[in-house]
Amino acid sequence: MTATAETTDTTKAIGRPIRRKEDERLLHGRTNWTDNIQLPGTIHMATLRSPMAHAKITNIDISAAVASEGVLHVYIGADFPDLPGTTCVWPVTDDIVMSHMPAICTDEVRYVGDVVAIVLATDQNLAVDALQLIDIDYEPLGAVVDMEEALKPGSPLVHESAGTNLCYTAKMPCGDYEAAKAKADVVVSRRFINQRLIPNTMEPRSVVAAPMGMSDEITIWTSTQIPHVLRVLLALLTGIPENHIRVVAPDVGGGFGAKLQINREEVLALVLAKKLGRPIKWTEARSEHFVSTHHGRDQIQDIEIAATKDGTVLGMKVDLLADMGAYLQIITPGTPLLGMFMYSGIYKMEALDFTCTGVYTTKTPTDAYRGAGRPESTYAIERIMDELAAELGMEPMELRKKNWIKHDEFPYTQIAGLTYDTGNYEAATERAMEMFGYEALRVEQEARRAAGDPVQLGIGISTFTEMCGLAPSRTLGALKYVAGGWEHCTVRALPTGKIELITGTSPHGQGHETAWSQIASDIIGVPVEDIEVVHGDTGRSPYGMDTYGSRSLAVGGQAIKLAGERLVEKARIIAAHQLEVSPDDVEFSAGTYSVKGDPEKSTTIQAVAFEAFTAHNLPDGVEPTLSGEATVDPLDFSYPHGTHLAAMEVDTETGKVTLRKYVCVDDCGVQINPMIVEGQVHGGVAQGIAQAMYEGAVYDAEGNLLTASLAEYLLPSAADLPSFDTDRTVTPSTTHPLGTKGIGEAGAIASTPAIINGVIDAIRHLGVNNIDMPASPMTVWRAIQAAKSGGN
Amino acid sequence: MTHISATVDGVHRQGDVEPRTLLVHWLRESLGQVGTTVGCDTSNCGACTVLVEGRSVKSCSVLAVQIDGKSVTTIQGLAEGEEWHPVQKAFKECHGLQCGYCTPGMVMASVDLLNENPNPTEAEIREGLEGNLCRCTGYHNIVKAVAMAAAEMGASK
Repeated sequence: MTATAETTDTTKAIGRPIRRKEDERLLHGRTNWTDNIQLPGTIHMATLRSPMAHAKITNIDISAAVASEGVLHVYIGADFPDLPGTTCVWPVTDDIVMSHMPAICTDEVRYVGDVVAIVLATDQNLAVDALQLIDIDYEPLGAVVDMEEALKPGSPLVHESAGTNLCYTAKMPCGDYEAAKAKADVVVSRRFINQRLIPNTMEPRSVVAAPMGMSDEITIWTSTQIPHVLRVLLALLTGIPENHIRVVAPDVGGGFGAKLQINREEVLALVLAKKLGRPIKWTEARSEHFVSTHHGRDQIQDIEIAATKDGTVLGMKVDLLADMGAYLQIITPGTPLLGMFMYSGIYKMEALDFTCTGVYTTKTPTDAYRGAGRPESTYAIERIMDELAAELGMEPMELRKKNWIKHDEFPYTQIAGLTYDTGNYEAATERAMEMFGYEALRVEQEARRAAGDPVQLGIGISTFTEMCGLAPSRTLGALKYVAGGWEHCTVRALPTGKIELITGTSPHGQGHETAWSQIASDIIGVPVEDIEVVHGDTGRSPYGMDTYGSRSLAVGGQAIKLAGERLVEKARIIAAHQLEVSPDDVEFSAGTYSVKGDPEKSTTIQAVAFEAFTAHNLPDGVEPTLSGEATVDPLDFSYPHGTHLAAMEVDTETGKVTLRKYVCVDDCGVQINPMIVEGQVHGGVAQGIAQAMYEGAVYDAEGNLLTASLAEYLLPSAADLPSFDTDRTVTPSTTHPLGTKGIGEAGAIASTPAIINGVIDAIRHLGVNNIDMPASPMTVWRAIQAAKSGGN
Repeated sequence: MTHISATVDGVHRQGDVEPRTLLVHWLRESLGQVGTTVGCDTSNCGACTVLVEGRSVKSCSVLAVQIDGKSVTTIQGLAEGEEWHPVQKAFKECHGLQCGYCTPGMVMASVDLLNENPNPTEAEIREGLEGNLCRCTGYHNIVKAVAMAAAEMGASK
């Protein structure tokens, strides 16, 4: 069932746009960013990075740096010859060529930004000063920048010992594509470029590691999305026992996948804090971020779609080249494969032939960036649907309606084998078209075209779904991912009746403190303000799989619900004892236990918490203290969907593209806090628009990053974006006990094809049938000129 | 080293600084005023925006020695005791922040924008905040918050 109405039940916390608990400290500067931490005796670390994309290190002279003011130590690769700087937990195929990224390079550098030495000094400025005194001789080995060139015989090799730049080839044939193609009247193929992006969280990465003195424990504060996963990996990489490592993610200023990583600076800070017995601190400069934090996307997509002349899609062939960069980091090879199952989007088809080839180049490693694999697949399917519509002479929305899964066909097992539990593409699309004024804009488009207006209008469509909520552990195991996808929660009633909700999710802007309180409030019947959400600290929250892949509510929300219910059930037994009746005769509602048929006889959950604390009068066999604990492995992924529409104006004389109107109707099932959901959509849409219109990492032939600062890499400002028209439909998930679906990445997944389809729709009559992102004025102008002169 | 003194968030502060010390580093590292954040090293992001003598500046683009004898207001000194500034209130009400890292600068830039133009249009708000980058919100709710604060401040005059 799909609903569009607002929640009106004011007795419930779920469904209300409650203002965030997080905001008070954030709006008064009372924050705890990692870089704010100043411990006595701190040693500051600075990293010297390779200026060469690929070279042999022939000589290193650190003598002047060692003698420099304030410098305590200078370390090079030879000081830690066996220490890895990262690890890859997703070897996607049996014959994948793995890589070894050393903490500090020993004899060879493989991208601009590779770490070649570190300086430890008493002061951050003095550490940075000393970097310039380190003298390194390099012997160039030849950059590998272009993926297709990298695969040709004779290309320089990123990893000489591998004998190839081919990292892996992953295939997933579903159905018989050649048979489907043989039946087709129309076959359309395009090459799309999903360009390399640089995440640019507003908070640069930062780490502090310190021995805490009272035990063998070393605490590492780090700006990460994954404190729990990181703890395991740091133990495995460094040999420091896991029980001696405490990872804390304090206030974290944005992640977007960029902080879903294990980085060499974290490894080094931990090892050096142990070795030297003093706090070690490192904070990334923004210019360092551009080369040292992993990048996102970077695929060449050869896409072919086959259909009958009435517009029935038969099948699709997907051939990807995916740039790994120089080394495999945490999920580098798996990232493009997170989109593997989603190339058919919301459409029915009988075949999907998927191949992905991972390629090493001498560039910054790639890894997860908001959406991770699904923005790429959504771009491919939604772009090729527009191209197919043009080829068939069909209205692009009509083509979609003809092929999408109808609302009464759910649950629906699609061609890649996923079973979408629920969805209602008709409802979301109808609402979006109404808000957009779709028909009126089509009329205006025709009028402008007829008048030969230099500024043409285009309508861009994206009707998308995605898979998120990572993930059922068995499925992850089958995909060769080495960890599970469960999530944990403990809900603890304190003696005074206040609640501690301990979650394994690790927020960095998503408002978990507020939303998780709302869920627990409804389940255990205490006010939202009496619930404290504890997160991001392996010392206080021992179990968790952290936050990425829109999993926190989709998976973590299930654990909150179950843990809350377990607390309520334990309290029921104590309440019944106090009320001198059987637990079966006790009703629970809004925090109060009362005797059935005699509601005057009652007690509260807060009173029960105190009884459980004193333990003076507990029933036999009931242990003191009151808490509920749950670790939940999800049944399935989560499949939010929606319809995004963009009205694009293109100045055909200058190539300038203007986003005039952006409408999106998202369906993420039941919403815990609609205000937060809308904020997630805004931010995701903005990042997708940024990819489509503004951003892109550019390397020269020598492997130098040319877009290496905010002065060259265009992060959109408020002046570069419009306000967005958002709405929702609500089709509850049937695999999630709260009916919710993920929403963190949906906007970024949906929006790129809406923008580019709109740009092309504005100028298709001039002969343009592709524009590569970002649609800069130069790119669009050149495409128009090429079309005019007969090519494209 | 150069001796400087300034009023920071209403408190008289002084100290010796290296001439190359940026205002933001003096605030964060010497004074412990870590509410103001650093987001870049090219003066593009605006996270470090503070008010000097009531006007917004990017504190990474000012040397500490330049504020000798002047008054500095950071996000930590914006509220009047328990009373939030209308811009702070509006950012919370409109969900104008997510991770909150750009927020100190975004709020201070908004305060300056409204001082200069108490009744801005949406386009004027967007142009006025061009020097402050946010990666979470898509600016939609930031723009709403500034408009709400403008209405609130206009009404209270």
